[in-house]
Amino acid sequence: MPTTRAAPDPATRRPRPTPVRSSTWRDRLHRFDVRYVPYLLIAPFFLLFLVFGLFPMVFNGVVALRHWRLDDPELTGWAGTENFRRLLTDGDFGNALYNTSGIFLLSTVPQLLLALIIASMLNRRLRAQTWWRVGALLPYITPITASTLVFNVFFSRDFGMANWALGLLGIGTETPIDWRADKLHSWIAIATMVNWKWIGYNALLYLAAMQSIPRDVYEASALDGAGPWRQLWRITVPMIRPVVIFTVVLSTIGGLQLFTEPMLFDLNAQTARGGAGGEWQTVAQLIYKVGWKDLNLGYAAAMSWALFLIILVVAALNTLLTNRISGGRR
Amino acid sequence: MSAPSTTGTRPTPASAGGRKRAALQGRAPQDTPAGIGTYLFLAVTTLFAAFPLYWMFVIATSTDEATAQLPPAVIPGDQFLVNLNEVFTLQDVYFAASLVNSVIVATTVTAAVLFFCSLAGFAFAKLRFRGSRPLMLFVVLTLTVPNQLGVVALYIVMGKLGWNGTLLAVIVPGLVTAFGVFYMRQFIVNSVPDELVEAARVDGATTMRIYWSVVLPSIRPALAVLGLLTFVATWNDFQWPLITLNGTDYPTSMVAISDLASGNYVIYRRVLAGAFVATVPLLVVLIIGGRRIVRGIMEGAVKS
Repeated sequence: MPTTRAAPDPATRRPRPTPVRSSTWRDRLHRFDVRYVPYLLIAPFFLLFLVFGLFPMVFNGVVALRHWRLDDPELTGWAGTENFRRLLTDGDFGNALYNTSGIFLLSTVPQLLLALIIASMLNRRLRAQTWWRVGALLPYITPITASTLVFNVFFSRDFGMANWALGLLGIGTETPIDWRADKLHSWIAIATMVNWKWIGYNALLYLAAMQSIPRDVYEASALDGAGPWRQLWRITVPMIRPVVIFTVVLSTIGGLQLFTEPMLFDLNAQTARGGAGGEWQTVAQLIYKVGWKDLNLGYAAAMSWALFLIILVVAALNTLLTNRISGGRR
Repeated sequence: MSAPSTTGTRPTPASAGGRKRAALQGRAPQDTPAGIGTYLFLAVTTLFAAFPLYWMFVIATSTDEATAQLPPAVIPGDQFLVNLNEVFTLQDVYFAASLVNSVIVATTVTAAVLFFCSLAGFAFAKLRFRGSRPLMLFVVLTLTVPNQLGVVALYIVMGKLGWNGTLLAVIVPGLVTAFGVFYMRQFIVNSVPDELVEAARVDGATTMRIYWSVVLPSIRPALAVLGLLTFVATWNDFQWPLITLNGTDYPTSMVAISDLASGNYVIYRRVLAGAFVATVPLLVVLIIGGRRIVRGIMEGAVKS
């Protein structure tokens, strides 16, 4: 094989018929290079996505329509819509959906609001600017498994720092709050973990967008007597709207798939029950439990399809809503 | 308020005015009372961000009493080596092996993502071929698909391949990411001049040659950022490794940590000693590449 050393032999200087053999080889190689190599370069992504992304998603639909149990490989055959019909009356699924939306609301709204405020603080001229930003990333790099376990200690009933701090404020001094006993408290605890993890990351995204807002817009509004709060809502948010929508979509997708925090918030992780009475069991967690603890993959697949549809709807709604809120009014 | 005070003093009701003026005059806010408020606020949020990490260390270095006393312990103890020794000598959780597995998975995935994504990014950014636009659009669209949701079927696919319970199941699906392709394309479009590519082409360089000696040298910053982000994400991944590696003796460290926290009585000083060890590599990553990660996240945001 001729090596393709950089030789000034050009397909461009066509007219002169060059010595036959080597040039056709080179021409052919060149043509192959220009025409097909690009496809080779992008092939890995498409191949892997096809095999491990798209196919499983479609196949998931097939599994959802079948009986598919891990402990009973003989049991095959179509279930039709049975799995889906079961979903509609399944109290566990309803409960998980309720928990997921509760935790989702408690985590997304404060998360994005605080991120906005922190970003606008970071957007001022500051000393040691970079270090504040790097500090905001500490939660982002911390493994959720690790931080959730720390928060477990934090939210323990008898000697937890949360109860201790609340006690200083005079809350719950009589009977300490049992963070795992009821829905609201467990949701707050889990939402705290989610918020902690993502506020800094979102703040950086907002900050990036804020930096392209021209300063004189603020100057003009300041002259008109707008305070910082008004400026934030009337100028900053509308002007960074695309990023706001982006973060809303991202946190919707992430929030509705919440898995690690509720899993490990259980004092005995991996039971996947989400509390003694499923107080904080999320849909993703239920899917794991149904699929790999109860070994009913068919039903788990139906659940994940349902969750997917729910995410689509909620993400679309949120996008519309955010669009309205952040830009609709002037 | 006239004449903005120049040295930081107590916050006063006029703080908003001072801030406004500071913004107007482009001065740093530390010169105004409002500036103090900003720093105070940021200091509190940073403390809040850092505290769980710090507290992880406190408990990892303490005896059991640290988690059973009020007010809570806030100063690290001297039991770190004791706790560490317990974690590493546990019979049913092979913690050291799981750390090695995490290193293998994270480095392999990171290296592959850098290679494949920069190749694809280069093709989309600088090469002309039929269908490049719709194909790129497709890549971007896949970003919005929550991959996890095919997880049941993925498990079945891995079962057919015989990969469940092996590191292959964790490594292979992550070898190239849509985000990486997108990120690389953006960077290469902006930072590799078309003329350079054309010139190399005229000189008879093959596509791979151009990639190697023109593109790669000029995308080092992007490689660093994408590498750091990928490493962090892969290292921290929990759900899929849990599903595919659960029940095997040698999972990744994240699964091993959750094993430590399973059972009827959880010994937190031990669990958190393990968690701390598994967090250290990421802290190192943050210390080495903090500025770059920040810049990378911020740049990625503006363009998406």
